[in-house]
Amino acid sequence: MGTTIMAASFDGGVVLGADSRTSTGTYIANRATDKITPLTDSIYICRSGSAADTQNLSRYVQWFLEQHGMELGDEPEVKTAAKLAQMMAYQNKNMLQAGLIVAGWDKHEGGSVYAIPLGGTLVKTPFTIGGSGSAYIYGLCDKLWRPNMTEDECRAFVIKAVSHAMARDGSSGGCIRTVTISKDGVKRTFTPGDQVPVAAGELPPPQRAVPAQV
Amino acid sequence: MSGIGTGYDLSTGTFSPDGRVFQTDYAQKAVDNSGTVVGIRCKDGVVLGAEKLIISKMLEQHSNRRTFPVDRHAGMAVAGVAADGRSVVSRAMGEANQYKSIYGEAIPGHVLAERLGSFMHLFNLYGGYRPYGVSALLATYGKEGPQLYLVEPSGATYRYFGTAVGKGRQGAKNEVEKLKLEEMSCREGIQAVAKILHQVHDEEKGFEMELAWVCEESGRHFQRVPQQLADEAEAAAKAALAAEDMDD
Repeated sequence: MGTTIMAASFDGGVVLGADSRTSTGTYIANRATDKITPLTDSIYICRSGSAADTQNLSRYVQWFLEQHGMELGDEPEVKTAAKLAQMMAYQNKNMLQAGLIVAGWDKHEGGSVYAIPLGGTLVKTPFTIGGSGSAYIYGLCDKLWRPNMTEDECRAFVIKAVSHAMARDGSSGGCIRTVTISKDGVKRTFTPGDQVPVAAGELPPPQRAVPAQV
Repeated sequence: MSGIGTGYDLSTGTFSPDGRVFQTDYAQKAVDNSGTVVGIRCKDGVVLGAEKLIISKMLEQHSNRRTFPVDRHAGMAVAGVAADGRSVVSRAMGEANQYKSIYGEAIPGHVLAERLGSFMHLFNLYGGYRPYGVSALLATYGKEGPQLYLVEPSGATYRYFGTAVGKGRQGAKNEVEKLKLEEMSCREGIQAVAKILHQVHDEEKGFEMELAWVCEESGRHFQRVPQQLADEAEAAAKAALAAEDMDD
């Protein structure tokens, strides 16, 4: 799963973003993938690396979190979800190829973003990027990122960054999906391929016969 | 005691015709005959106090511990069979440690209490085991604030504002009910607990008092009350009781 994934926190929550390309070699197995998966109602995970590994790992974490929430009698925290994902990634590091980003909102910490790269480290960050496409946007993100953005500014930042990665990384492309999580709940957006912002030097996408129904 | 449960009290795995598990009741008896242990939840923490009866003049002071830290933010005081108590504390430490290593944070009070209750309950189910002869008062101070739990030999758990177990529990509970716990700080709490323990102590034998707390003043760490504060509390308690005696 060559990919571009990212998550960024704003004042009051987090925005997760991803491209939608799943490739096996040069063949694009799925051009409309959803790489942003729910772990609980208010915690989501961005998946990069092996699709099989990350899908199954996410299922385990969903299960553990649900059991934990029952014992706790309360919604699990983002920190706990990240810790469980990290535990699975680290203990199985020899067998897995999974680069993960866990982000969400809980009532104790507000919005949080946790990066879990290949080896199984756990790092809490204001924003983070991952997947093969992320290599091309480190500079851009460092330049554009500001703390305490509004929700709309943050979402625009994510969409801009992902679109630039998609322009340069052959393994990333398709459409841009974002998930915004705050105390008010979860909001999903979908940017179809022909509405992805065009980076410098790119040709504009061909005109559609029928407009996209979002 | 003979005759009460004849035939139905030989095994934990046997109910009596009126629905009792006698071994559990007998375990409760072990607790009821031990030194008093009091716990109160004040507005800024929890205080635990144990009445350690002095069984021999040759015993060194501060030996025979009855309060134990379980994690930084949690600790227990046990009443009943002392060795059983150590085993329960050990289990609680294990649970707290395992929870932290899996979930990355301190175990919440109600989770620890319920796990301990589940654990102790196991020994009330099978004929091969006897129940723990221990009641454990669990004090925690986590995100949910200060909490006090009681775990009984049957495995039942309760969350209390204040409670007592052991010989002097009736008198102690009466005194605890008179306290205005929501307004009390732990500093005042240790004085109150010291007074209660001295009040309900049966004057025949001497006793040593062991106090422990987890509160704002201790940085939300469970610890033995610093010796100086404990001594002051004890002195104040004795003075208050002597004054009351004179009033009578």
